[in-house]
Amino acid sequence: MAYSEKVLDHYENPRNVGSFAKEEEGVATGMVGAPACGDVMKLQIKVGKDGVIEDAKFKTYGCGSAIASSSLVTEWVKGKTIDQALEIKNTQIAEELALPPVKIHCSILAEDAIKAAVADYKKKHEG
Amino acid sequence: MLKFPIYLDYSATTPVDPRVAAKMIPWLTEHFGNPASRSHAYGWEAEKAVEEAREQVAALVNADPKEIIWTSGATESNNLAIKGAAQFYKGKGKHIITLKTEHKAVLDTVRELERQGFEATYLDVQENGLVDLQVLKAAIRPDTIVISVMYVNNEVGVIQPIAEIGELCREKGIVFHVDAAQATGKVEIDLATLKVDLMSFSAHKTYGPKGIGALYVRRKPRVRLEAQMHGGGHERGLRSGTLATHQIIGMGEAFRIAREEMAAENGRIRALRDKLLKGLQDIEATYVNGDVEQRVPHNLNISFAYVEGESLIMAIKDVAVSSGSACTSASLEPSYVLRALGRNDELAHSSIRFTIGRFTTEEEIDYTIALLHRKIGKLRELSPLWEMVQEGVDLDTVQWAAH
Repeated sequence: MAYSEKVLDHYENPRNVGSFAKEEEGVATGMVGAPACGDVMKLQIKVGKDGVIEDAKFKTYGCGSAIASSSLVTEWVKGKTIDQALEIKNTQIAEELALPPVKIHCSILAEDAIKAAVADYKKKHEG
Repeated sequence: MLKFPIYLDYSATTPVDPRVAAKMIPWLTEHFGNPASRSHAYGWEAEKAVEEAREQVAALVNADPKEIIWTSGATESNNLAIKGAAQFYKGKGKHIITLKTEHKAVLDTVRELERQGFEATYLDVQENGLVDLQVLKAAIRPDTIVISVMYVNNEVGVIQPIAEIGELCREKGIVFHVDAAQATGKVEIDLATLKVDLMSFSAHKTYGPKGIGALYVRRKPRVRLEAQMHGGGHERGLRSGTLATHQIIGMGEAFRIAREEMAAENGRIRALRDKLLKGLQDIEATYVNGDVEQRVPHNLNISFAYVEGESLIMAIKDVAVSSGSACTSASLEPSYVLRALGRNDELAHSSIRFTIGRFTTEEEIDYTIALLHRKIGKLRELSPLWEMVQEGVDLDTVQWAAH
């Protein structure tokens, strides 16, 4: 698979790898995908009192573009409000990383991971 | 001095042995005659060389040279054998049996015959990759005309019980075809004792050139085929087309070397494979795919749970290997062979096939072991599945959002 420089950079040097304690204040978790499909992404966001995402971490089981897509979104969501984060679209991720057509589903999964993390946050804080 | 990437994909193809290449070259330039030319010395010398190569190929498998038909490779041999036999014997019946773990060159050929009106049974294998003889026996019908079982599986390297299947087929009067592309130079093949009717060979899996292969067609008892390639009537009418003299000479030399050196070579390769296995087995949650004993010495197919195959291949780009992962295939389906062994999709995704060969060194194996330890550690740090398992979560109980 011939990947772009950006995919290779995120794959070689993934940003914000790790986990927050689930019970930590303001932390929400989105887990998407399935092992049988070959990719699982876990995206965690840490949201401040002002509704701004202060920090984000990820762990991904998947191919190089799945790892790169999730690494990229941890960078992108930081500093955004949760509603701004929801505006990140898979097409932007795919374009930024120049994903080949067969890997577009990785960018869709990354978008889903943001949605799932935000939904978890809303469930915890607006429920 | 290590040369990167380290080649550990000898089951995909092998380099042409320099001795083979040297022997081929004069047949491209000086001795360019058509072996079918009966009217001058150019043709005569080419024909003589082709017949010597035929003897060398026959010698490796203890067959009569007259039983060897040149083809373009094992795919063509499989097509000629299975289609040729099914079409010739269709008056006797229309049922064909093969295994789910066969190479696509067999599976797709049988599928094509189904479209032509034949019926086929694709047998499951056991967890170790081997066919259960009782299951095979039970699948035989009165109208079964052809059984095709590979000698050595290309992905997991397991050796099927060819001798026993041969007895069964002979007793029932069924034509038995064996795809031996991965077997030559790896296992002793004795066609004087094996009750095999048709056997496919490839040169490039055994340090010969690509684009040349052969089909063994038994003479006693005689097996007949419908030709699939029509033309000048070469190869006793079974396969028309001008013989590729240089390729044939390369295959002959490659098989001569295999016969003379395989005993020593397999000992050396087995020691390297066992070292690799030992070095990788102390990584947690690794699983060898396919039977460990009933297996060719150069193959190690292993799954590293909780890391995905393509990202692993990217991580170990210093070694050239194959993966059963969907991400490395055009179809996005994980290896059908590993699935047939009952491996779940997740482990199929995480599998790597290492195949060792003539030019593999101990230093390369040491490097590979260290690299795998490092990279699997890194990828597991990145893996949410690994994290969950460390926390004691049973992944099978998780409701995954399949996509």
